[in-house]
Amino acid sequence: MKSELTPPIGKITQINGQCISLIGNDIDTDRIIPARFLKCVNFDSLGESVFADDRKNLNGNHPFDLEENKNASILVVNSNFGCGSSREHAPQALLRWGIKAIIGESFADIFYSNCIAIGIPCFTLTKELIQKIQKHQDDKFLFLEIDLKKSLAKSKDLNFNLEIKESSRKMFISGEWDATSTLLENENLIVNKFTQLPYIKFNTNLL
Amino acid sequence: MSQDTLFDKVWDLHKVSSLPGGSDQLFIGLHLIHEVTSPQAFGALKDKNLKVKFPERTVATVDHIVPTDNQSRPFKDSLAEQMIETLEKNCLKHKIRFFNIGSGNQGIVHVVAPELGLTQPGMTIACGDSHTSTHGAFGSIAFGIGTSQVRDVLATQTIAMNKLKVRQIWCENQLSQGVYAKDLVLHIINKLGVKAGVGFAYEFAGPAINLLSMEERMTICNMSIEGGARCGYINPDEKTFSYIKNKLCAPKNDHWENALTWWKSLKSDQNSIYDDVIKIDASKIEPTVTWGITPGQSIGINEQIPLLDELSPNDKLVAEEAFEYMNFKPGQSIKDIPVEVCFIGSCTNGRISDLRIAARVLKNKKVSKNVKAFVVPGSERVANEAKQEGLDKIFKQSGFQWREPGCSMCLAMNSDKLIGNQVSASSSNRNFKGRQGSPNGRTLLMSPAMVAAAAINGKVSDVREFIN
Ligand code: SF4
Repeated sequence: MKSELTPPIGKITQINGQCISLIGNDIDTDRIIPARFLKCVNFDSLGESVFADDRKNLNGNHPFDLEENKNASILVVNSNFGCGSSREHAPQALLRWGIKAIIGESFADIFYSNCIAIGIPCFTLTKELIQKIQKHQDDKFLFLEIDLKKSLAKSKDLNFNLEIKESSRKMFISGEWDATSTLLENENLIVNKFTQLPYIKFNTNLL
Repeated sequence: MSQDTLFDKVWDLHKVSSLPGGSDQLFIGLHLIHEVTSPQAFGALKDKNLKVKFPERTVATVDHIVPTDNQSRPFKDSLAEQMIETLEKNCLKHKIRFFNIGSGNQGIVHVVAPELGLTQPGMTIACGDSHTSTHGAFGSIAFGIGTSQVRDVLATQTIAMNKLKVRQIWCENQLSQGVYAKDLVLHIINKLGVKAGVGFAYEFAGPAINLLSMEERMTICNMSIEGGARCGYINPDEKTFSYIKNKLCAPKNDHWENALTWWKSLKSDQNSIYDDVIKIDASKIEPTVTWGITPGQSIGINEQIPLLDELSPNDKLVAEEAFEYMNFKPGQSIKDIPVEVCFIGSCTNGRISDLRIAARVLKNKKVSKNVKAFVVPGSERVANEAKQEGLDKIFKQSGFQWREPGCSMCLAMNSDKLIGNQVSASSSNRNFKGRQGSPNGRTLLMSPAMVAAAAINGKVSDVREFIN
């Protein structure tokens, strides 16, 4: 875990960093952060426990333990990454380990929205390109410069377009991904909605 | 004529605005919270100096960390104690209704809200837990959210979200004897895959679904998320309404009549346009058991674990990983695989009807001496009802331990855990690596009836041999 790490704030337009690749489909959030680490009332110390069990099983050979990946910040994964439990602890643990962006074949829905909500852009690429990057990494370090405005990634000898949902991309470049204040702007509309919903008046027994 | 699905109707009803980024701002009618995913959200409110907007639309209970053996306070586990205390303080401070241990209404959040009548048709329901999809069984649109979104719901009663597509899963015919909702949903996930539902809401429909009880419907919708669908739902019908009637928080008197009139108008239009439709023949399904590390890796009880060559390239990768982890062999029968731990409980199958079915299998039988078996009722109400019916005695006489309500070994945040590479037969919903508390623990998912049968024989068994 990088001690100088601070969670992102505001507009996110550019992410530069070294890639770290993690191979496997359907990697669930229980693996990203096992349940015993959820016994906490804040997220601060989760970084060191990311992939705890997988790392233990691999005895120091897990990508997140390798010396050469120590400064990596762009995670490259395969399909359905982050499936399972909705725990935001999973992206929070990745963030606190040092991950700033994720590139994968596909992501599970809740994991994806959790990443957006905490400022980690998730990009998709075809299976072939992902494999190419993952292989490329076997040979040498891969540094990527990601430009969110253009959805472009480039390195010394690679240059490719990244896919990201247009709504997510806009949220990052405008800073709107940090949603609370945007939602609060519609305070009047919220109150109107509350008074119009048919069931609010039936639910007199709620409190 | 309108061609909207129930999903479209409920979504549109709750839409507050279109956000500049392109997603919708959606009003959340009912917000459920628990101790694991809420403390950081309350912390964020404090940091941003915000209040809870509509405290009466949020309801809390405690489930994930509670011990199921000794619940006296303070808990032995000081971290667990700190979590429950934090929730108690937050609820008190923000005037949120909290069903604590001993209130008679505590339990797993997805068991508690329906049994209290909080879950109703036409609502949007959110909770910081992926199995919130359970509540869709009542014709609500219910989905799991992360902690930052919990913060947003507390502060604004809304979230930013992209509208989902809708896939109808039409289930024909009916389930045969000894085959349950759990088998049906495991079968569906196996057929469609664990990520087929990404970006979709699943509408479960058809004769086989109509025949299911409300509790069985909850089992189906509960596991939508295991198929990748954030939300699953069933159009409400008379069974839905009569389940809700007279529950603690159900509408009463005139409100009941008004609610009923509105609820009856809520269903997918006859010619609804779906983004996709899939048909499943429920009569062909056998008791189903998982053999791998995702809920999609399942087979019928009389089938063999697939050979690698039978699988698509994508499935092959995960299957190889599963074989290595589970230490099972391609082509091996699932039947007769020895089990060491049997767990009945969870928000998938910890309700009263699940306990009744398991007790029926266990009556006058003994759990194998090689098996540790325990049952964890889904809520205090489930536990009390079971005791009134004498089910606790049947469980205990058979050799099952009878525990206090909570999530327990579904995710093993308390002291109920697998040890080493033990194999468990479990009525819960996830067989992920390490899910049940041991980094090498192995989980076989199945219906509660099948868990009971496995407990008696000490190995994976066909429950139909016990009930016919
Ligand atoms: S029973 Fe299991 S799946 Fe359900 S809420 Fe608890 S931990 Fe989650």
